[in-house]
Amino acid sequence: MRKFLIALLLLPLLALAAADLEINTPAIGALKSSMQARHAQLAPHYASGAIGLTRDGLVALRDANAVPLKDRQAVNALVAAENGDRNALYKEIAVANGHPEWEAEVRNTFAQRWIQKAQAGWWYQDATGGWARK
Amino acid sequence: MKIHRIWMLAAALMLPACVTINIYFPAAAAEKAADRIIDEVWQLNKDATPPVERNKETQ
Repeated sequence: MRKFLIALLLLPLLALAAADLEINTPAIGALKSSMQARHAQLAPHYASGAIGLTRDGLVALRDANAVPLKDRQAVNALVAAENGDRNALYKEIAVANGHPEWEAEVRNTFAQRWIQKAQAGWWYQDATGGWARK
Repeated sequence: MKIHRIWMLAAALMLPACVTINIYFPAAAAEKAADRIIDEVWQLNKDATPPVERNKETQ
Protein backbone atom coordinates (compact mmCIF):
# COMPACT_ATOMS: atom_id res chain seq x y z
CA MET A 1 0.00 0.00 0.00
CA ARG A 2 2.74 2.41 0.96
CA LYS A 3 4.76 1.59 -2.16
CA PHE A 4 1.73 2.19 -4.29
CA LEU A 5 1.19 5.56 -2.69
CA ILE A 6 4.83 6.54 -3.22
CA ALA A 7 4.61 5.52 -6.86
CA LEU A 8 1.46 7.58 -7.19
CA LEU A 9 3.22 10.60 -5.74
CA LEU A 10 6.15 10.25 -8.14
CA LEU A 11 3.97 10.04 -11.25
CA PRO A 12 3.67 13.81 -11.76
CA LEU A 13 7.47 14.07 -11.69
CA LEU A 14 7.69 11.53 -14.51
CA ALA A 15 5.17 13.49 -16.53
CA LEU A 16 7.23 16.64 -16.01
CA ALA A 17 10.45 14.96 -17.15
CA ALA A 18 8.79 13.62 -20.30
CA ALA A 19 7.22 16.94 -21.22
CA ASP A 20 7.89 17.86 -24.81
CA LEU A 21 6.06 20.42 -26.87
CA GLU A 22 3.96 19.18 -29.77
CA ILE A 23 5.21 20.78 -32.98
CA ASN A 24 4.35 18.07 -35.52
CA THR A 25 0.94 19.26 -36.66
CA PRO A 26 -0.02 19.94 -40.29
CA ALA A 27 -0.54 23.64 -39.56
CA ILE A 28 2.90 24.05 -37.97
CA GLY A 29 4.50 22.03 -40.78
CA ALA A 30 2.91 24.27 -43.42
CA LEU A 31 4.10 27.44 -41.67
CA LYS A 32 7.60 26.01 -41.38
CA SER A 33 7.83 25.23 -45.11
CA SER A 34 6.46 28.64 -46.02
CA MET A 35 9.04 30.38 -43.84
CA GLN A 36 11.83 28.14 -45.06
CA ALA A 37 11.02 29.01 -48.68
CA ARG A 38 10.92 32.73 -47.87
CA HIS A 39 14.22 32.66 -46.00
CA ALA A 40 16.26 32.60 -49.21
CA GLN A 41 14.77 36.00 -50.09
CA LEU A 42 15.10 37.41 -46.58
CA ALA A 43 18.70 36.33 -45.88
CA PRO A 44 20.42 38.99 -48.05
CA HIS A 45 18.40 41.68 -46.26
CA TYR A 46 19.40 40.37 -42.83
CA ALA A 47 23.03 40.53 -43.99
CA SER A 48 22.72 44.07 -45.41
CA GLY A 49 21.03 45.29 -42.23
CA ALA A 50 17.87 46.31 -44.08
CA ILE A 51 15.84 43.86 -42.00
CA GLY A 52 16.43 43.13 -38.32
CA LEU A 53 15.08 40.64 -35.78
CA THR A 54 12.77 42.26 -33.26
CA ARG A 55 12.59 41.51 -29.55
CA ASP A 56 9.01 40.27 -29.97
CA GLY A 57 9.94 37.44 -32.30
CA LEU A 58 9.17 39.19 -35.59
CA VAL A 59 11.20 40.93 -38.30
CA ALA A 60 11.19 44.63 -39.18
CA LEU A 61 12.54 46.94 -41.88
CA ARG A 62 15.18 48.83 -39.89
CA ASP A 63 17.16 50.53 -42.66
CA ALA A 64 15.10 51.27 -45.77
CA ASN A 65 18.13 53.00 -47.33
CA ALA A 66 19.86 49.62 -47.59
CA VAL A 67 17.20 48.59 -50.11
CA PRO A 68 17.09 50.10 -53.63
CA LEU A 69 13.94 52.16 -54.06
CA LYS A 70 12.55 49.82 -56.71
CA ASP A 71 12.79 46.83 -54.34
CA ARG A 72 11.32 48.50 -51.28
CA GLN A 73 7.74 47.48 -51.99
CA ALA A 74 8.76 43.86 -52.39
CA VAL A 75 10.80 43.89 -49.17
CA ASN A 76 7.88 45.38 -47.25
CA ALA A 77 5.68 42.60 -48.57
CA LEU A 78 8.30 40.02 -47.54
CA VAL A 79 8.41 41.43 -44.00
CA ALA A 80 4.60 41.45 -43.74
CA ALA A 81 4.33 37.87 -44.99
CA GLU A 82 7.07 36.64 -42.67
CA ASN A 83 5.45 38.32 -39.66
CA GLY A 84 2.09 36.82 -40.59
CA ASP A 85 3.65 33.35 -40.58
CA ARG A 86 5.55 33.97 -37.35
CA ASN A 87 2.47 35.21 -35.50
CA ALA A 88 0.51 32.21 -36.76
CA LEU A 89 3.34 29.86 -35.75
CA TYR A 90 3.45 31.06 -32.14
CA LYS A 91 -0.31 30.80 -31.88
CA GLU A 92 -0.41 27.34 -33.49
CA ILE A 93 2.23 25.95 -31.11
CA ALA A 94 0.30 27.22 -28.08
CA VAL A 95 -2.98 25.83 -29.42
CA ALA A 96 -1.44 22.48 -30.48
CA ASN A 97 -0.34 21.99 -26.88
CA GLY A 98 -3.76 22.77 -25.46
CA HIS A 99 -2.71 26.11 -23.97
CA PRO A 100 -3.62 29.08 -26.18
CA GLU A 101 -2.57 31.32 -23.28
CA TRP A 102 1.04 30.20 -23.79
CA GLU A 103 1.28 32.20 -27.04
CA ALA A 104 3.15 35.14 -25.48
CA GLU A 105 5.66 32.85 -23.79
CA VAL A 106 6.18 30.85 -26.98
CA ARG A 107 6.80 34.17 -28.76
CA ASN A 108 9.33 35.26 -26.12
CA THR A 109 11.16 31.95 -26.35
CA PHE A 110 11.36 32.23 -30.14
CA ALA A 111 12.45 35.87 -29.97
CA GLN A 112 15.46 34.85 -27.87
CA ARG A 113 16.31 31.81 -29.96
CA TRP A 114 16.07 33.59 -33.35
CA ILE A 115 18.57 36.19 -32.07
CA GLN A 116 20.77 33.53 -30.47
CA LYS A 117 20.97 31.63 -33.76
CA ALA A 118 21.33 34.69 -36.02
CA GLN A 119 24.50 34.96 -38.09
CA ALA A 120 27.25 37.42 -37.24
CA GLY A 121 26.51 40.80 -38.83
CA TRP A 122 22.73 40.49 -38.60
CA TRP A 123 20.82 43.14 -36.66
CA TYR A 124 18.52 42.50 -33.73
CA GLN A 125 16.60 44.48 -31.15
CA ASP A 126 18.00 44.34 -27.62
CA ALA A 127 15.89 44.31 -24.45
CA THR A 128 15.47 48.10 -24.53
CA GLY A 129 14.28 48.10 -28.15
CA GLY A 130 17.48 49.54 -29.60
CA TRP A 131 19.14 47.94 -32.63
CA ALA A 132 22.37 46.04 -32.14
CA ARG A 133 24.59 44.15 -34.54
CA LYS A 134 25.63 40.57 -33.84
CA MET B 1 -9.65 5.32 9.36
CA LYS B 2 -5.86 5.40 9.19
CA ILE B 3 -5.86 4.51 5.49
CA HIS B 4 -8.36 7.23 4.94
CA ARG B 5 -5.96 9.79 6.31
CA ILE B 6 -3.13 8.53 4.11
CA TRP B 7 -5.31 8.94 1.05
CA MET B 8 -6.25 12.44 2.09
CA LEU B 9 -2.58 13.29 2.47
CA ALA B 10 -1.74 11.77 -0.92
CA ALA B 11 -4.53 13.69 -2.60
CA ALA B 12 -3.46 16.90 -0.92
CA LEU B 13 0.12 16.41 -2.10
CA MET B 14 -0.78 15.41 -5.64
CA LEU B 15 -3.25 18.14 -6.40
CA PRO B 16 -0.71 20.98 -6.49
CA ALA B 17 1.61 18.80 -8.59
CA CYS B 18 -1.06 18.30 -11.25
CA VAL B 19 -1.93 21.97 -11.27
CA THR B 20 1.76 22.78 -11.66
CA ILE B 21 2.01 20.68 -14.82
CA ASN B 22 -1.05 22.25 -16.36
CA ILE B 23 -0.38 25.89 -15.60
CA TYR B 24 3.34 26.52 -15.82
CA PHE B 25 4.92 27.09 -19.20
CA PRO B 26 7.51 24.38 -20.01
CA ALA B 27 10.35 26.78 -20.81
CA ALA B 28 13.01 24.15 -21.51
CA ALA B 29 10.74 22.15 -23.82
CA ALA B 30 9.72 25.34 -25.62
CA GLU B 31 13.35 26.28 -26.18
CA LYS B 32 14.04 22.84 -27.63
CA ALA B 33 11.01 23.11 -29.91
CA ALA B 34 12.01 26.61 -31.02
CA ASP B 35 15.54 25.46 -31.82
CA ARG B 36 14.24 22.57 -33.90
CA ILE B 37 11.94 24.84 -35.92
CA ILE B 38 14.55 27.59 -36.37
CA ASP B 39 17.15 25.07 -37.52
CA GLU B 40 14.71 23.90 -40.18
CA VAL B 41 13.58 27.34 -41.32
CA TRP B 42 17.12 28.71 -41.48
CA GLN B 43 18.60 25.36 -42.62
CA LEU B 44 21.13 25.30 -39.79
CA ASN B 45 21.61 21.52 -39.83
CA LYS B 46 24.79 20.72 -37.97
CA ASP B 47 25.15 17.56 -40.04
CA ALA B 48 25.40 18.93 -43.55
CA THR B 49 25.80 15.54 -45.25
CA PRO B 50 22.17 14.29 -45.50
CA PRO B 51 20.83 17.33 -47.42
CA VAL B 52 23.72 17.05 -49.91
CA GLU B 53 22.89 13.40 -50.49
CA ARG B 54 19.25 14.22 -50.94
CA ASN B 55 20.13 16.89 -53.49
CA LYS B 56 22.18 14.39 -55.45
CA GLU B 57 19.27 11.98 -55.57
CA THR B 58 16.90 14.59 -56.95
CA GLN B 59 19.30 15.75 -59.63
